[in-house]
Order: sequence, then structure tokens, then C-alpha cells
Amino acid sequence: MSEIKKIKNLKDFSTSADRFEGANLLCPGCAHSIIVREVLNATNDDLILSASTGCLEVCTAVYPYTSWDASWIHIGFENGSTAVAGAEAMHKALGNKGRLKQPDRNPKFISFAGDGASYDIGFQWISGCFERGHNMMHVVLDNEVYANTGGQRSSSTPIGSSATTSPAGRVSYGEKKNKKDMMAIMAAHGSPYVAQVSPNKWKNMVKAIQHGMEVEGPVFINAVSACTTEWKFAPEDTMALQDLATDSLVFPLYEIIDGTELNITYRPKNVVPVEEYLAAQGRFKHLFKDEYKYLIKEWQERVDAKWDYLQKREEARV
Amino acid sequence: MAFDKMELRDIEVWDGNFAAAQALRQAQVDVVAAYPITPSTPIVEGYAKFLADGYVEGEFVMVESEHAAMSGCIGAAAAGGRVATATSSQGFALMVETLYQASGMRLPIVLNVVNRALAAPLNVNGDHSDMYLGRDSGWIQFDSYSPQEAYDLNFIAFKVSEDHDVRLPAMVHQDGFMTSHTAQGVKTMDDDTAYNFIGDYKPMNDMLDFDHPVTYGVQTEEDWHFEHKARQHNDLMTKVFPKIQTAFDDFEKLTGRKYNIVESYDMDDADVTVLCMGTSVETAREVAKEMRAKGIKAGVVGIRVFRPFPFEQIKEALKGVKAIAVLDRSAPGGTPGAMFNEIAGALYNTDDRALLSGYIYGLGGRDLTKAHLVDLYTELQANVDAGKVTTPLQQFIGVRGPKLAFL
Repeated sequence: MSEIKKIKNLKDFSTSADRFEGANLLCPGCAHSIIVREVLNATNDDLILSASTGCLEVCTAVYPYTSWDASWIHIGFENGSTAVAGAEAMHKALGNKGRLKQPDRNPKFISFAGDGASYDIGFQWISGCFERGHNMMHVVLDNEVYANTGGQRSSSTPIGSSATTSPAGRVSYGEKKNKKDMMAIMAAHGSPYVAQVSPNKWKNMVKAIQHGMEVEGPVFINAVSACTTEWKFAPEDTMALQDLATDSLVFPLYEIIDGTELNITYRPKNVVPVEEYLAAQGRFKHLFKDEYKYLIKEWQERVDAKWDYLQKREEARV
Repeated sequence: MAFDKMELRDIEVWDGNFAAAQALRQAQVDVVAAYPITPSTPIVEGYAKFLADGYVEGEFVMVESEHAAMSGCIGAAAAGGRVATATSSQGFALMVETLYQASGMRLPIVLNVVNRALAAPLNVNGDHSDMYLGRDSGWIQFDSYSPQEAYDLNFIAFKVSEDHDVRLPAMVHQDGFMTSHTAQGVKTMDDDTAYNFIGDYKPMNDMLDFDHPVTYGVQTEEDWHFEHKARQHNDLMTKVFPKIQTAFDDFEKLTGRKYNIVESYDMDDADVTVLCMGTSVETAREVAKEMRAKGIKAGVVGIRVFRPFPFEQIKEALKGVKAIAVLDRSAPGGTPGAMFNEIAGALYNTDDRALLSGYIYGLGGRDLTKAHLVDLYTELQANVDAGKVTTPLQQFIGVRGPKLAFL
């Protein structure tokens, strides 16, 4: 078994050897690269990585360059999880046959995908990987929109968000459907570990990633990724947005162990009103017109209800 | 863990599916990621049972779709080991996106395709629609006409596909039901002989070599995409046939069974020739002999390697022939037929341009009978006698209703 990497402080963490290079084409202010670095830096073990088609993929492996100093594969939009599952199966097969070149290593198999590639087009592939129990981690870079193709709605896009295929307009407030609850769905697969994380809460996130790397079986991580381009905020405000997301409880940080045991992993000292989170983003700008203000109230009620539900689940231990 | 060897008789009675499954066992495939579909399912069931009985060592990943099957095969092949699977028809169609990805990443994977019609209407029987669907995917495509050939060509496929100068995935085709479910005598190799013909898998750019990380499946736009595709095509055009020929030669030395990139039967002095693939080749060979007894110099040409397309070998095989019937077992979708077009292209710049006519037959498993082929050879001879094609360019054989012909 590998040892869990000891991380003393943020300086120590942020300066440890990178296997994801800063030389990439992601937008300035994109949270994807921060999330990826926090995942990769959580371990010293070898890595077998994949990315589904999306911002991360098109911005980090443009021939003849690569930002990845670890083996990495991209097949298509829907099947990044299965690419890693196939590699994990080969690792197991060659291990059993005594044919691994470095049998003493303890590689981690991790697939990265956006919310579109996870909640929508790649959903079946992820479900298959989790049902079969591959020893892998699937990390969703959840920016609640098809950002790579220019801002179309996904099933992660929340109510009231203006996306190019669910635009706000003269007679519409934008997206009409609530975000799909992937955490619950993946926990229902019997996954040993499911967690929602946010890179601003880096200690919390590293703890979740390290826990996920230690358990046997398929692990699901939903990482909130503020998108400067599609959420419409200034690139220097990414971390402020992540703070608003976690501290307004729009993105509560919690984990579910073995499909049942739910733990809230971060409780903000001062809970910020949802309105502040919405007001910081251009995609919700129209909600502040008089006729749509009721939606902001509904937003707050929905977030409160979810938080209440999570606390009850945590208390009940079921 | 270890596995036991299996004692085989010199000749076993196997159908095409079981012959292919035995080949996967003897190749000691490391990972099979698969999804069931008629009529190819028994191939991967066979691998699973060999695994359960301890006659092979590897990982069988039973996934949730054919798309995922090939996706898993791609990940496994990139990781660095021997990979194979099987599919048919709709499953093949679902895989198509990943077929291009596998070949574009230069990953050796052996895919057994048990040919079956494509819906709609839904049909489980054999035709070549799925094989044709793969023809631009950048894979090598071998075609077998019998269980024996389905067995043998799997070994050829592994050997060529995994060659470091090639590194391209390969399909081994057999006709749904006619080959896959028809038991015949199959001459076997013992486990060691079979395995040693292919040899150990030699990793190249394997993701699991942690000291040498690799990046698979990059982005290339107008600046580099064309060069990648051109290089792949170049390797298909220049490197694959010499390797196949060497593998065929080695295989003949080992087993006495001789394969050719284009198979010719009774072609030495043939005036009229039927060109086809799959199980129809055997039927045509029988009829050609009967036609010869009637004084018609009939021959048969069978395509053994469909991709890369054997342009030069075809020209050679058809040299001096006066009339050729090209048989396409796939709905032509508004053209004379994919094989017809290929053959016409191959012969266009030759001096002795033969009279060429096309026939669509056997869709959805409809039988091609000896009587059909007798009529066909008779038509070809009439063309020779008249010095021109006397029939429409494209005719349908064995379809109900008024005679269907075009062009």
C-alpha cells in the first residue's frame, strides 16, 4: 500500500511537484486547473488519467504539447470513465500474470469529466463503471454548463440560469429544470465514497480526495468549478465565487460513505444569502428584475430545504 | 494465478464462434471488454467460460454497451496488453465512433465481427452491412469463409495488429449463422504452438510504464490532423500487406494452411469470374466447377483482406478475365455497390478491362443458391459472347417481386 501524502500547509501543497502544468489553454480564472492540481497533488502515487472531451481536454493536450506529466488518455465525450476502467482492468490482468513492469507501484486511476460528460452524455458509461466496481475515481468538473461548446444547458444547469439553449428572454427566465442530483444517484450505486468538494476549501477537498484514493472501488467526486466565461464574473474573482458557492450552501460540501452514511464536511461560520451568490454572476442577472424576484426567494427555500435534508440524513446515519 | 492448457484433438468440430473463442483463449488475451449481441455472443461467452474454468488468465469486463466495450478495449490496449472483443450489426454500429478512435490512436485490438444485417427492419441474420460500415475506419479487415478460417485468421490478426511497424487494430469477419453457428471440422494447433505463433505481447507506449508517461488522444486541428490521418493511411497502404504476407507464409509453414490476400479458385484460364466474400465463396467454387463441366471457363475470386483494399492483388487475380460479376451483400444505398465500385476502380486503368456487372444478394440472411450462381455464370458467358454487358449493370438476386435491376 502507498502512504498518504502528508501536506503541512497551503504553501507546501501548492509548491509540491506538479504533474499538471500551468502551461495550458484554459481561460484565465478557470477553476478546472485548480481542481485538477488539488486532485493530483493529493498523492505521490503514479497516475493513470483520462479526460472526457471538454474544456479540460481541449486545453491541455493540443498536439504536439501536453500539460500532463502522467499517462493520460482521451477517447471521446462520453467514455473517459470507461477508458480508465479498461486501463485498470489491464493493470489487474497484468498484475495477476506477473507482467507489470513496475509491480511495486500503486497507481491511481482517475477520470476527469465535465458535468455534460458526466450528468448527460457519459452517464451510462459512469454508471457501468460504478456497477462493475472498478478501482477508480471519477471527478466531475461541475460548472453547470457545456462551456467548451459555448454555454449550452446541461442537466446540471440550475433553475433560472441563462444558457444559450435555455436563454433568458423577454418571456423566459432561462433554465426551467432543477439540477440533477448526481451525488444521490452515484451513492445509490453503492459506491464506497461519494463527495462534493470545492477547491477553495482545499484542506476539505484534499481530505476527500485522499479518502477516495484509499478506499477500494469506484469513487465519485463532484467538484464545483466556477466558470468565469459562462457564469459571467471577472477572472480574478474565481475564488470569491467558490467561497460564495460553498458559504451560501448552494454547493454544500458533504460525503456519502458506502451509499448510506452521510457526513456534512463543511459548515460555514456565516451562511451567506443565496441572493449574494446569484448577484455575483451574469448568468442570473435577469432574476433581479421585479417579475423574477420570486425565483430568488424560491432559490433560497430550495437551498435551505436541501441543507435541512442533509442534516437530517447526517443525524439519522442512514 | 496460473491457467491450465487444454488438450485439443487434431480436428475438432467447432462452429465459427467457438473457433474464434478458442483462438482468443490460445492467444491468452489479457483483457476482453464485451457486450452481448446475436450472433457474436458465444465468442465472448466462450472466453468467459474458459476464464471460469481456468484455461485462460485475464480480465473479462462485461460492460453496458458495445460503445463501452470498445472504449474499455481502447483503455486496456493503451495501458499495454493483448485485447480483443466481438460484436455484430447494431453493436458494431454503436461502436463506430470508437473504432475510429482506436485506429487513430494506433492501438492493436482484435475485433471479431460476426456479420449481420443492419436495421431497420431488424434482422439477426448475416449480410455484410456491418463489415462495409467499418471500411473507412482505419482498421485492418480480414474475412473468413469458414470456422477454420475464423480460427486461423485470429492468429494472423494478432500478429499483424501488434507488430510495432503496424500498430493498427484488426477485424476478423465471419458470416452470421452461416459460419458462426455452423459446426465443421477445424484443424487445431496445440496451445503452445498457437501462442508461440503470436508470441508475448510487446508493449509500446504503454500507459502502465510509469517511468515513461504517454499522452493518448490529443487534440489536433487544421495544423496537424491531416498529417496524422495521412500517416495512418500511408502505413495501411505500405506496411500492412508485407506483414500480412509474412504472417501468411509463417502460418503456412507452421500448419500447412495457405492464405492469400486475394484468393483465386480455378482462375488460371478463367473467362468468367464471380468475385465475392464470406460463405458465398464456397458456394461459388462448387458452381464454378459445375460450369466448367458444361464448358464454361468459370472461376472465383474471394477477398481475404478487405482493408487495406488489395488493389494490386485484385488486378493480378483478374488479369485476362473477360467478364466479372461483383457480388455485394449489403444494401447499396443508392450506388452500384461498394465492392463493385472498388473493383471498377481497380480495373479502370488496366489494358484488358473486363466486362463488369454488379449483383446485390443475400440481404438479411437470404440464401444465395447454386441455381442463382448458375444463372449468374450463364449471364457472364452471354456477356463474353456478345462482347458487351447484356444485362443491367446492377441486378438483385433472390428478392421477391418483379425483377429488380438498375443502370
